[in-house]
Amino acid sequence: MTVSRESSKAVYQGIKDAGIRFITALPETWLVYLLQMADDDPEMCLVEVAKEEEAIGVAAGAHFAGTPNLLLMQNHGFLGAINGIVSLSMLYNIPLCMLIAHRGHMGEPYPWHTRGGIVTEPVLRGLGIPFDYARDPRHIARQVREAHTFASSSLSPVALLLTRDLMEGEE
Amino acid sequence: MKRTQCIEALYGELDQWLVVTIMGACAQELYDLGHCENFFYLQHAMGLASSIGLGLAMNLPQEKVLVLDGDGSVLMNLGTLATLARYRPKNLVHIIFDNGSMLSTGGFATHTTSGVTDLAAIARGAGIPHVAAVSSFYEFMEAASAAFDRNELSVIVAKVEATGPDHFGMDLKLPENAFRFERLIRERKRQIVAA
Repeated sequence: MTVSRESSKAVYQGIKDAGIRFITALPETWLVYLLQMADDDPEMCLVEVAKEEEAIGVAAGAHFAGTPNLLLMQNHGFLGAINGIVSLSMLYNIPLCMLIAHRGHMGEPYPWHTRGGIVTEPVLRGLGIPFDYARDPRHIARQVREAHTFASSSLSPVALLLTRDLMEGEE
Repeated sequence: MKRTQCIEALYGELDQWLVVTIMGACAQELYDLGHCENFFYLQHAMGLASSIGLGLAMNLPQEKVLVLDGDGSVLMNLGTLATLARYRPKNLVHIIFDNGSMLSTGGFATHTTSGVTDLAAIARGAGIPHVAAVSSFYEFMEAASAAFDRNELSVIVAKVEATGPDHFGMDLKLPENAFRFERLIRERKRQIVAA
């Protein structure tokens, strides 16, 4: 299986249509085309961090600056960023729109992804972070827009989980 | 040299800056001089003050951003120095007050105590273009003045005594600080557009 270029295009179009012009990210296999598209797009500013928790701070700065923005990361990066999410985003009511590659779930062949994948949804529920699964490229643009809208209106973190159905494809 | 002395010396110039501080003594000492709407106090999420500064600086090229950080906080997010160096915002000055101590949580020694870990060397190694290491008030003022005028990403590591205020508390709720800080930035943008 490879990463779906078509679905990645659909996700990126959704990001652009939502008015996002600033992305903070850390590379991950499923996000490879998305990050390339962001990097090649003169309208987009892409910041790659050394660890995902930094991205929570960078996103808060972008929010204060009035720039519509979102985060791209793997679920293990989300797990590593939790203190920033709780003690910056939630504590100060700062919107945070996270697109998270949901590795380590049904169909996952790599053992190292499995534990993080299994606990991702329960951790999101435990933190009270609204989330949705993105499975179908036909709906992804709307889902990205709605996740960003809801983060902005609720002043809270919101997660859109990019699933295997969406991100993998035969090419 | 005391941190409070350094912050007091800068205070008069801060109206031109967006200021992000870390939690505890550093935030309190700035607040006690008189809160301004362009101050944001990160009262938790240790390590992320400089990341907020990066997000601000990259999105607001017309503004100047000052981060008042500490050794304990920077040690929790050393990657930030590499990220700052990679994106090199010209309008960001990052001052790290190094008191070698987790002062606000019992005064335990950090890795920088007695010079074991050299944060200025780490910043240089991370690729920060201008790094100053200072230990006297005179050197601090010289380094701060150069950094404020330079229009290049600058880091100052200032060795200070492990002393802080004898009280903590602000008449400012945390989300209120965030809301007002964001509103001030919006108003400053509007003024620039109008002018």
